[in-house]
Amino acid sequence: MKTMLAIISNALCRITGRTVGAQTVSELLIDLSEYVNVTSPAAPALAATPRQPPKPPPVSARASAAELVSAQSDQLDRPGARVVVSRSFADFTPQASFDIKKCDVHRLEEGPPLKAELTREQGLQYYRIMQTVRRMELKADQLYKQKIIRGFCHLYDGQEACAAGIEAAINPSDHLITAYRAHGYTYTRGVSVKEILAELTGRKGGVAKGKGGSMHMYAPRFYGGNGIVGAQVPLGAGIALACQYQGNDQVCVTLYGDGAANQGQLFESFNMAALWKLPCIFICENNQYGMGTSMERASASTDYYKRGDFVPGIRVDGMDVLCVREATKFAADHCRSGKGPIIMELQTYRYHGHSMSDPGVSYRTREEIQEVRSKSDPISMLKERMLSNNMASIEEFKEIDVAIRKEVEDAAQFATSDPEPPLEELCNHIFHNNPPLEVRGTNPWVTLKSVS
Amino acid sequence: TFRVTVRDALNQAMDEELERDERVFLLGEEVAQYDGAYKVSRGLWKKYGDKRIIDTPITEMGFAGIAVGAAMAGLRPICEFMTFNFSMQAIDQVINSAAKTYYMSAGQQSVPIVFRGPNGASAGVAAQHSQCFAAWYGHCPGLKVVSPWSAEDAKGLLKSAIRDDNPVVFLENELMYGVPFEMSEESQSKDFTIPIGKAKVERQGNHITLVTHSRYVSHCLDAAAVLAKEGIECEVINLRTIRPLDVESIETSVMKTNHLVTVEGGWPQYGVGAEICARIMEGPAFNYLDAPVTRVTGVDIPMPYAKILEDNSVPQIKDVIFSVKKTLNV
Repeated sequence: MKTMLAIISNALCRITGRTVGAQTVSELLIDLSEYVNVTSPAAPALAATPRQPPKPPPVSARASAAELVSAQSDQLDRPGARVVVSRSFADFTPQASFDIKKCDVHRLEEGPPLKAELTREQGLQYYRIMQTVRRMELKADQLYKQKIIRGFCHLYDGQEACAAGIEAAINPSDHLITAYRAHGYTYTRGVSVKEILAELTGRKGGVAKGKGGSMHMYAPRFYGGNGIVGAQVPLGAGIALACQYQGNDQVCVTLYGDGAANQGQLFESFNMAALWKLPCIFICENNQYGMGTSMERASASTDYYKRGDFVPGIRVDGMDVLCVREATKFAADHCRSGKGPIIMELQTYRYHGHSMSDPGVSYRTREEIQEVRSKSDPISMLKERMLSNNMASIEEFKEIDVAIRKEVEDAAQFATSDPEPPLEELCNHIFHNNPPLEVRGTNPWVTLKSVS
Repeated sequence: TFRVTVRDALNQAMDEELERDERVFLLGEEVAQYDGAYKVSRGLWKKYGDKRIIDTPITEMGFAGIAVGAAMAGLRPICEFMTFNFSMQAIDQVINSAAKTYYMSAGQQSVPIVFRGPNGASAGVAAQHSQCFAAWYGHCPGLKVVSPWSAEDAKGLLKSAIRDDNPVVFLENELMYGVPFEMSEESQSKDFTIPIGKAKVERQGNHITLVTHSRYVSHCLDAAAVLAKEGIECEVINLRTIRPLDVESIETSVMKTNHLVTVEGGWPQYGVGAEICARIMEGPAFNYLDAPVTRVTGVDIPMPYAKILEDNSVPQIKDVIFSVKKTLNV
């Protein structure tokens, strides 16, 4: 009996991941009952088996299985089989070190490290984040095609490693601003999928109450979502100025694309940021196309990480979340140590066209898109790394996928059923901290009310 | 009372607000070590230093954007345009980044910023340096647009603008900077503010209403003095704020005088006077008009250089007098 208890305790340790001390049989059975049908005599033995789904047992064992209370089959959902599926974390590699691509540097003695540490928890978290963004964007695509989302919709799928990697490297108290391909960052900066999709569908439950739409979503320390190409860059430098002014050791991550990289106001911003040593990380998300114009056709120099001239720069593999994370950490350290701004060029790719009205194949080939998908997809890369290093199981990833699918589905459900903002809201939010004012309507007899 | 120039009044306003709130700072070209291109910020850099008074490179779009970003992140910038002509380089930041953001974010992100600088005609600076932007900025929801005339206006309104949690475009006038005005006792208080959005009746009268803003308040008062000798009593209203427009004050006056003349330096088409005409027609005062509203405006041309041409490109006192008499049919 004691040996039996020991076997069962060990099994419990592995299943639950906790240290289960010596227990009475009844306590053990209570614990076990969460995982195993306690009438199953086969359970403890199964707990000790190696981690493969059990093969269908021989007839004799099946006969005894007939004694089991609940309906049994040979599928994985046999109670005993669940013991096998819920892996104990002690089975997995808790942490591993990965080689990451070396970053090209500009005006820097050294760049980010060549190795990145990844814990199991971090890996699963990055996976979860990237997969959520991926599924959310694909859901937005679907809703747009159903005409439930209208106007502009610039999708981020393919670029998930950028948003996930950056967020992993900065603090929630840091600041971030980007352009119009913003849904991914809206999520990583803390807005729920539900509020994002509801904003896209223009409902009152949207993060901007339906008044902003795709390009104008905001959150604390996240300044949108900006529609005018390049305009967000001086804004970001200004946020960095505020950080410096307030002496709070925070940085501002200021994103722009390869298309915006030629805007004059960027160079004005680089100049002032460098002059005043603003803690600003300028990040060029180079997805190779500014709308329909490839970078070679738009930029006399496509070394975007060098375009800051006197501002140091690094060029980063934007499809590798670990590379992005390490580079961003490096950049944030640079800024926080008072050295001034730094530029990061993330080499990335978008699967969709520029926006939903662009099929995305008139200026690039389907083969090119397919090649990136198969060889450099950020989510697949992370998953394969973790699997091949025994950091997680396929089943776990599947479970995460299922959960995310549900989350996105529920969010879409909300986004399509939530009502549009009431007409009374039309004129609100013109001014902050202002007494109510009257707003002229479409004709002189319509006077509308605006509150702050 | 105190005799203070508009320039010094503006200086006082900024000094007091910089002292009162640490988050307030001034940036623009030559505002610090040069003491301000028009000396409006004289002495401030010496008093407050590099952190609060910032000289920028000649990059309006960049520094206006930086100012807006700083406002979004919790500071209260005063962004100076050397003249509002240069604000056109940065107008996207003023309108799209500043004015519209509170609305687009459904109230999550406010932008407490003041854009200030000289607006409108100066003397001999020709077409690219003489445009009036009251109508352009006055067109946009999400902005408050202020146009002071006197020293008291300048001080009280600038303080209000700085304390306002919204983007304010503050249109000064270079020709007014050196003009001294009597300032009241209360205007010397550090908490003296003038509410944005309220016009002021500078002179009472029964025969005709003159509505104007900025420098042309002086013209109207001078014209009124001349007309008074002929028995015509003009009521002169100093708008003080372009947006939101204080239509009630104008209507109250027109319902008393039955005649209205608007006077402005900007071009006529789609201008401030045009807006006032439309608003009067839409309101109760229309039925009290004994004659159509008359607009006195700048001539519809780019500003020429030669003095005789320039003088004849903007309203003169004689133009106001002439228009009043025509409106009154005398």
